[in-house]
Parts: sequence; structure tokens; C-alpha cells
Amino acid sequence: MNQPRLYLGKDLVGLESLSAEQILTILDTAEPFKEISERRIKKVPVLRGKTIVNLFFEASTRTRVSFEFAEKRLSADTVNISSSGSSVVKGETLVDTARNLEAMRIDMVVIRHGSSGAAKFLAERIPSNVINAGDGSHEHPTQALLDMLTIRDHFARIEGLKVCLVGDILHSRVARSNIYGLLALGAEVAVCGPKTLLPLGTAELGVTVFSRIEEAIQWADVLNVLRLQLERMEAGFLPSLREYNQVWGVTRAKLEEAPNDLLILHPGPMNRGVEIDSDVADGPHAMILQQVTNGVAVRMAVLYLLAGGAPDTAEVAKEGVEV
Amino acid sequence: MSGPLLIRGGRVVDPSQAIDVVWDVLVVDGVVAEVGEGIDPPEGAREIDARGLVVAPGLIDVHVHLREPGGEHKETIATGLRAAAAGGFTAVCAMPNTDPVVDDPAGVGFVLAQGAAAGAARVYPIGAISVGQEGQRLAAIGEMVEAGAVGITDDGNPVMDSGLMRRALEYAQAFDIPVADHPEDLGLSGAGVMNEGLIATRLGLHGKPNASEDVHIVRDLLLADLTGGHVHLQHVSTAYGVEMIRQAKARGVHVTAEATPHHLILTDKRVEGFDTDAKMNPPLRSLADREAVREGLADGTLDVFASDHAPHHYDEKEQAFADAPNGIIGLETALGLGLTYVVGEGLIDLPALIHRMSTGPAEAFGLPGGTLAPGSPGDVTIIDPEQAWTVERDGFLSKSRNTPFHGWELKGRALYTIVGGVAVWEVTR
Repeated sequence: MNQPRLYLGKDLVGLESLSAEQILTILDTAEPFKEISERRIKKVPVLRGKTIVNLFFEASTRTRVSFEFAEKRLSADTVNISSSGSSVVKGETLVDTARNLEAMRIDMVVIRHGSSGAAKFLAERIPSNVINAGDGSHEHPTQALLDMLTIRDHFARIEGLKVCLVGDILHSRVARSNIYGLLALGAEVAVCGPKTLLPLGTAELGVTVFSRIEEAIQWADVLNVLRLQLERMEAGFLPSLREYNQVWGVTRAKLEEAPNDLLILHPGPMNRGVEIDSDVADGPHAMILQQVTNGVAVRMAVLYLLAGGAPDTAEVAKEGVEV
Repeated sequence: MSGPLLIRGGRVVDPSQAIDVVWDVLVVDGVVAEVGEGIDPPEGAREIDARGLVVAPGLIDVHVHLREPGGEHKETIATGLRAAAAGGFTAVCAMPNTDPVVDDPAGVGFVLAQGAAAGAARVYPIGAISVGQEGQRLAAIGEMVEAGAVGITDDGNPVMDSGLMRRALEYAQAFDIPVADHPEDLGLSGAGVMNEGLIATRLGLHGKPNASEDVHIVRDLLLADLTGGHVHLQHVSTAYGVEMIRQAKARGVHVTAEATPHHLILTDKRVEGFDTDAKMNPPLRSLADREAVREGLADGTLDVFASDHAPHHYDEKEQAFADAPNGIIGLETALGLGLTYVVGEGLIDLPALIHRMSTGPAEAFGLPGGTLAPGSPGDVTIIDPEQAWTVERDGFLSKSRNTPFHGWELKGRALYTIVGGVAVWEVTR
């Protein structure tokens, strides 16, 4: 037996502060958990007796449900709080909400919030483990982890691959977490999008910047196509969705120019016909549903590691008494 | 009226008269009576032994938010003026962005009345440029000056309408007051909450480019040139802005400008970790900008060292970064920071710092004070430039605690703050 130790620290706030070893530990730990979701009885007692709050200040279906399945399949007791219909709309502050939850003796909080830094803010103020399920434009670490797991499933490696994030980098927490994680694991990373949606200093992060999707398609092994929020147009970042699709949309015609088959990822929810065409989204190279499946396994791994589990005993831990 | 006050044997530093010598200062009937060697104490005089200390004309902070009326949970005029006194300031200029806005003579009178009752530092009210600071039409500028306002500003909001700014610069000339502007193009700032650049990109926070400040600095300089009016540029934070002011001054444009302690000492790196006590407007900028602001203070392009004291209740700062209000407090740390990080690092000498904190501000806003010339107000700050102390925000007299300098080790502080010959702050040694 290894010495018991915390593999990730108390919280998972982002990937920027994690080492390559820690990121690989999460991906490796996700592997044995994948199988649980394929069983007839999808439940193991790994987190029995743990109380987890899913605190969602922003609307989310996919991420919240994915976390909830991960928690329930590990036998945790879970409560969902969303901003509508909670004390949040009654004017309670984030810190008061957190302290009240803490007073009910919870073990973990999964937080989604519209403000960058909100997860760190919470993590610094409560002793429970905090998992960032997306904070403003800052980070969405479990999304990037499931993206990387999906890439690794396909290529059996991440190091040396060329991954391009396409679209609204400025507002994207998915982009930032992918950039930090992929760079840590030795991938080459690029971004591509209209300059109005690329933040200043992007190149200084160590990524290549393409202004046209055709260049990205020539370069990349993987395209991670980001959702274009429809309100960006009203805010004056773009002239029209039609023009966006023509210039930066990932279409079959553009992909036919690629020197190699490209793996296509999308964190969802998709705007078909805007950032991605249906024949690409439904085509053979799209890994979009595989990403969703991997999301549950990655989140199980994160929950397990933050709860103090050791990566090398994950296989054994999940073979406890089934309920 | 209190009795005479004789300050003995201190290093008298008065930039207004180019005095830097060990002398005595005598204040009688609230007014400086004599500055010289070996002054005989009048009967009943209080004597302060200032040997080893610096005796300066009272420090003046021309950029202070006292929050009253409307924001008394953050600060009141009384607590703010006591904090000012504790920081060595004998006078402050109060910004008008209260609720209601100080945009009429009644508002000016209220600030003066509350200030007089506080018995601490003096307050000089600044009125709004536009009614309600809404940027639409000129406020009652003449009436406010009549009531005691020493300048006008829409600080908190920039004046977005350049036509209105032109009219303000023209109209204010009849009253011989500066038009102070918070230079910022709101369209360029957009959703920005910190300096635009690599750190904002990493943190996923929206940035404000330097250009959002520079565009309005250049505009204001052009309008001051056009109108012959006096523009006072608040809290200058960019390298280009400093250079444009330098060039305008060389052309003879009537401009004065401020540097804050935080823009002289910190950079946007301080925002890492999402610390809301590093959130202010203009934001902390790059290292190159910080160095340019330091250079501007050193060569006199920036005439005034002002704190932009902006108190906020801790609940308001205890939020995610983008949701927290802008501003930090500065009255009780400005002098120590200036002595430690401006004088202590050799950027300027002590008399130059006293100039930027006393004579410079008095000249910019046409205030009495900023000098120890006989007949001027008996406002004196006595400083121990060597005393080491640690910033302890829970010890502040300000109602608020929002400082990024908590725990910093500083050297130099005010031991006596004397207003009209009366010590409103003193540290017993």
C-alpha cells in the first residue's frame, strides 16, 4: 500500500495549478470507473455516507446531470440547488449560501457560477471539498479532463498531438482549461476564431493563433469546436451567425481539405448550422457523445480522489459490496 | 480658539518656499505666525519637541470618497476625516459621487457642515460637473463654488460627452476652479474589470485596455488646449497617458494630474488569486505602465500624489471578483507607502514627496495651505520618517478595511496632524 495522501489537494478549482502528473492521475483513475456505467446495476459504495451539494448558479443540464450520475453511481447522497427557486434569488450572497450548507455538515460542493474566480472564492471559505463545474470565463476543469480522456482514448496519447480550440475563446472557460491541461501534457495547442473573440495575450499562453479555420484544419489532429453563445452577436462581436458559419463554422466541405482525418470534439450544447454543421456533428469523426460518456467517469475519478481515494486502489474500491 | 503652538527643532520642509532646514514653527490664532530659528514661546504656548522629525505643511489628499450621504455603512464624513488625520492629512477633497450626488449648493453645505463637526481634517467639497453626474447638463457650478466647492468632477463616471466636457472647461474658468476628470472611454472598457492582458486572459476576467484611459486623456488635453480651461486628470495609470500629459504641459496646456500609491507600487499581477482588494478603476496596469507613472511623478508631470480613498463595506468586497465594487482605501497608508516605496526607493527625495502631497495639491485646486508661509493656515504635519510600522487594517480609523497593503511593513508615519494650530491626531512617543 502506498502512503495515503491527497493527490489533488482539497479542491479542484482549475487545471492551471495542476501538474502533468496530477492530470494523468485523474485520467488514469477514470479508466476503471468507466466500466461502472456499463453494468446492469450502476452503483458502487465508494462514496457511501458522503453528502454532496450541486450548487448551480447558472443553467446547466449536461454538466449537472453528469455530476449527479457520477455521485449517485458512487453512492453519495446528493442535493441539487439551482439559482432559480433558491435563496439565491432572494438576495443571499454566495458566501452566506456556502456557510449555510456547511452548517448542515456536507462533504463536497460542486459549483457552477457566472463569475470567474467564484469556485476559488468558495474553496477558500469552506472546509468542504470544492469542485469547479465552470466559473465565468475562467475554468471548467472536468470538461477539459473529459476532452483529454476522449482524445487519449482515440490516439492512445496526448503528447505531441495538435489540438485546436475553435470559436469564442474570450468567453470560454472550456478553452482555458483545455489550454492549461493540454500544454501540461505536452500537446501543441492552437486557437482559431474571429479576433473579437480572442483575448489579448493568448499567444503568450504558449498557443498558436489562427485567424482562419482553413489554416487550423491544415494544422490540427483534433478540433475542439466551442459553442457560440448567440448573445455575442447582439453584443457586437460578430455581424451575423450566417457569416460566422461561413467563415469559422466547421463544415464537411472545409474538412475535406484536411491532410488527415480530424477528431471533432464539442463540449455542447451544439448550435447546429452555426459553429458546426450537422453532417460533421453526426459524422464518423465526431466524438461528441463519447465525450459525454467519459464525463461521468472523469467526474467519478475526481470525486473519488478528492474524497481521499488512492488512484491505485480505484479498481479495488469500486469492487466493494454492491447495493 | 486654542492657544499658540510652537513646534521646536524639527526639519522644516516647505517646498512652497524651498525651505529645508532645522527650525521652529509658531502657529498663533490658527495661522502660521513665524518660521525661523530659536523662536521664543509666547505665553501659554503648547510646545512640541520635533527634534529628529520632519515638519511639513499639512498634507492634502485631493481624491477622497467620504461616502456620506448615502453610503454611511462604508464611511462617514467624520470617520473619513479622522482616518485622514491619522494618515497625516490636514485636508481632503471630497468626491461628489454620493447618494444624492453633490450637484447643488445644499449638498456642498452639507459636506462642509459635517466636516466642521468632525473636528478632524478639513474637507473641501468637489461638486459634480453634471446634474446627478448623468453627463447630460451642467450642474449648478457657480452656486456650488459660492457655497465652498473647490472644483468639479463626475468621478466614478467619466464625462462621455465631449461637448459637455468642453462646456464645463469653458464655464468653470469664470470661477477659477479645475475640472477634474476620471478619464475613461466606457465603450472601450466594455465589460472589463481589470487590466487587459495576459493575466486577465489567464483568469478569464474581461480586460480594460490602456486605450480606454488614453483616449480620454488625449481628449481632455485637446479640450483644455481648445478652451484654455484647467483640466485635472485623476489617477493616471498608463504610460501613454503620462507621456501625453508631459507633452501637453510642455506646450503650455493648463493640466494637473494625479498618481495614486497603488498605481505607483502594484501591477496587475496582484489580481492573481482574484483578490477583490486589488480591484479598482483604473485598474492596476502592467509593469511598464507602473514605471512610467513613477517617472511621471518624479519629473513633475504628475503634480499630485492622491490616494483615491474608496471605502467599501467588507460584505461588498466579499464577492467574486467581477461582482465586487471598484476601489481601495488609502488615507491611512498613503504617506507610509510614499515614504517607503517612493522616497525609500530613491525615486524622489523627501521634499519632492512633500510637494506632491501638500504644495502640489494645494496649487492644483487653489486651496489655502500647502505652505508654511506666515499668514497661511496653521496646518502642519509632523512626520517621523524612520518609524517602522505594520499596516494593520483592523486598526484603521476608516470604517472600511479594503486595502491590498494589509500586513505590509512600512517606514515613516505622521506623529502629529495639526489643523489650525490644534493637533487632531497625535501619537504619544
